[in-house]
Amino acid sequence: MVPGIAVIRANEKADARLLESIAAWCERYTPFVALDPPHGLFLDISGAAHLFGGEQAMLREVAHAIAAQDFSVCVALAGTAEAARALSHYRPGTIAQAGEEAEAVARLPTEALAADPSIIHALKRAGLKTIGQVAGRNRHELAARFGGAFLAMLDRTLGRNGGPITPRLPVPDLMVERRFAEPVVAGPVIAETLFSLGRSLASVLEGRGQGARILQAIFFRADGEVRRIAVETARPTRDPDIFARLFHERLDALSDPLDPGFGFDLIRISADLAQDVQAGTASLDSGAYDDEVVALIDRLAARFGGHRVAVFMPQDTHIPEAEAVAVPAQHAGAPKNPWRTKRRNGEAPRRPLRLFAKPEPIDVLSEVPDGPPLRFRWRRMLHNVARAEGPERIAMEWWRHQEPQPTRDYFRIEDEKGRRFWLYRDGIYAREMAHPRWYVHGLFA
Amino acid sequence: MIVPSTIKARFSGFLGPSSGPVGPGLGDRELDGKLGGGFRTGALHEVFPAAPGDEAAASGFALVLARRMLDPRKWLFWVRQDFSALENGDIHAAGLLELGVDPGRVLTVHASDALGALRASAEGLDCKGVGAVLMEAWGKPNVFDLVASRRLMLAAQQSGIAVIALHFGMLPHPSAAETRWLIATAVSPSGENWGRPLFDASLVRNRHGGCGRWIMEWDPDNAIFQTHPERLAAAPPHRPSEAAMEGIRQAG
Repeated sequence: MVPGIAVIRANEKADARLLESIAAWCERYTPFVALDPPHGLFLDISGAAHLFGGEQAMLREVAHAIAAQDFSVCVALAGTAEAARALSHYRPGTIAQAGEEAEAVARLPTEALAADPSIIHALKRAGLKTIGQVAGRNRHELAARFGGAFLAMLDRTLGRNGGPITPRLPVPDLMVERRFAEPVVAGPVIAETLFSLGRSLASVLEGRGQGARILQAIFFRADGEVRRIAVETARPTRDPDIFARLFHERLDALSDPLDPGFGFDLIRISADLAQDVQAGTASLDSGAYDDEVVALIDRLAARFGGHRVAVFMPQDTHIPEAEAVAVPAQHAGAPKNPWRTKRRNGEAPRRPLRLFAKPEPIDVLSEVPDGPPLRFRWRRMLHNVARAEGPERIAMEWWRHQEPQPTRDYFRIEDEKGRRFWLYRDGIYAREMAHPRWYVHGLFA
Repeated sequence: MIVPSTIKARFSGFLGPSSGPVGPGLGDRELDGKLGGGFRTGALHEVFPAAPGDEAAASGFALVLARRMLDPRKWLFWVRQDFSALENGDIHAAGLLELGVDPGRVLTVHASDALGALRASAEGLDCKGVGAVLMEAWGKPNVFDLVASRRLMLAAQQSGIAVIALHFGMLPHPSAAETRWLIATAVSPSGENWGRPLFDASLVRNRHGGCGRWIMEWDPDNAIFQTHPERLAAAPPHRPSEAAMEGIRQAG
C-alpha cells in the first residue's frame, strides 16, 4: 500500500478530445489519420515516407515530435494497421518490412491481439501464450470458436489481407503544402504563402481540367494547435486570385482570429471537393454579368457564411409562405418553376412586399362572420379598416399534414391612414371552428 | 451626433453637387427639375419612414427607386439586417414580383449587425453585375455616421451604382447623402382598384435644389412613378413626429 498516493479520476471525454487533437496535429504527416481509442493513432504513410527521409527517419521524427510535447509515445511501422498496433505496444520502434509481419509478431504475447479480453482469456487458458502459437492452430477451429471477425483480425495482424484505414476526416481530392524550418508568425508571409499555395493548387487543377468547390486552408502550429479555415465557391474555380480573396475575406471575418502563437510550421491548402470545369455552364440565370455576381456571392459567403447569401426560388405551391423561398445562392440551381404574378395589368399588388416568418396574432374588435374585420389591434395599435378586399381562400395542402390544417381566408386591408395589411382568418366560421383566430401575415408597400 | 463644422467644410469639397451621372427621371417635371434632371446613380440616397408604421411603405419606396435605377441586365442587391426582418417582416419574393421587380435577379445578404450591413453594401458596390444596392439598416446612428455615409457615397461615385440606404429605428442625422426622403403611406383613392403602391414622399434634403412633397404612385407595369398633385391638398400634413420617434431614439 502506498498511503501518499494521489488518485485522480480518469476523464475519458477529455482524453478522447486530446487524442483527437493529437490526430489533427498528425495530419501534417499524412491526411490518412485514424483513431484507435482509447490512446492509439493509425497513420497511413503510403507514399509519404520519402518526404521525411525514409521510413526509419520518419518514424523517429514522429516519435520525437510527439514526445517533445510531453507525451510518452510508442511507435511501430508495418504493412497493416493491426500489425503496427501490436508491435508498437509490445516492441516499440520496430519497422516490419513488407512480408515480414508474421515473423515480427510471432513472439509477441497473445494480449497484443486487438481482440476482446474474453477471447484473449480463452486463448491463454488454452495454453496459447504468443501470437505465433495462435497462428499455428487450425483456422477452422479458430473460426468456429471465436468467429470470422477474429480470424480476419488475426490475418491482418500477421500482415495478410491488409485494407486501408478509415481516416478520421474525409480525404481531400488535392492538396498542396509548404513547410517552414522556422515557424512563421507575420501576417504578410502567411498571406503570401496562401497565395503561392493557391497558385500551385490552381495549376494542378488546371492540369486535371478541374476547379475547386470547397477549399480548406490548414494551419499547423509548432506547438500542436491546428486550425482549419474552409471556403466554398458556387462554381468550380481555379483562379488563384479568387482563392486568395476568399481566404482573405474568411480570415478577416473570423470572430476568433487566427492566432499564430509561436508560429506555423506547416500551411496546407486542400481542395476538399474538386469538380470538372465545364465551359459555359451557369447555375444561375445566364446573363452578361453573372460571372461577376457569382464571384460576389462567393466573397460574401466567405465573409458572412453561405446561408446568409440568398436568392429567391419560385416553388410550385400556393401556400403564401412557401411559394417563394430564399435559398443559399451558392447552391441555387436554375429555377424549376416560372415566376407568376398574381395581379393583372393595372391592378394593385395581390401579395405583400414584407411577409412575417411567423404570422402575428391580432385582436379583432368587431367583425361580420365570413367578412373582414372592421377594427383590429396589432402591436398595441388600433387600426380602423377603411377598405377591404377578400376573402382569398387558401386551403392548406392536406396531403402534407397528418392533422387537418384550417383553411385560411386572406383579406387585403387598408386602414384609415392608408397602411395596407394582409390579414387572414385561420379557419372557416362554424364549419371548421367556432372562434377562428386572426393574424397579420404581411405588409403591402 | 455633433459634427464640427470644419469637418463638414472639408467634406463638402469632395462631395460637390456635381457627383454622379444623372439617371432616369422619376416621372414628374417639377421633381426631376429639383433633382437636377433626374435621380442620380453613383450616389447615396436615404429613405426613412416618416413615422412608426410607415416601414413597409418606406421599403416599397426604396425598392422601386432602386428598380427605377436598375439596368435590367444587372442584379438588385438587397442587404438587410436580421432584426429588421423580425420587426418589419422579411422580403417576400412574390411581393417583389407584384411591384414589377424580377425576383430572379435579386441577391440578398442577411447581415447580423450594422457593421456587417455596411461591409456587404460596400462589397456589392465593388461588383459590376450589381445595378443597385439597397441597404436596409436598423438603428445604430453611431455606426451609420457621417464617415460611414461618406465612404458609401465615395464607393457609389466610383462604381456609378446607386446606393439606397433604408433606415429604420433611427432619426435622420447628418450624412453625405445626395437626397433624403421621408415616406408615409398615402390613402388610396376610392374606387375599385385601390391599394396600388401610393407614397406620401417628402424630399427633405437635396444637394441639387429645393425640397418638396409629392403624392407618388408606382406603376408596376411600366416601372414609372405618377405624381398626383391634386391629392396633396387632401393629405394630412406630416412631419416626422419627434414624440413618436422618441421611443425609438432612446432604444437605439
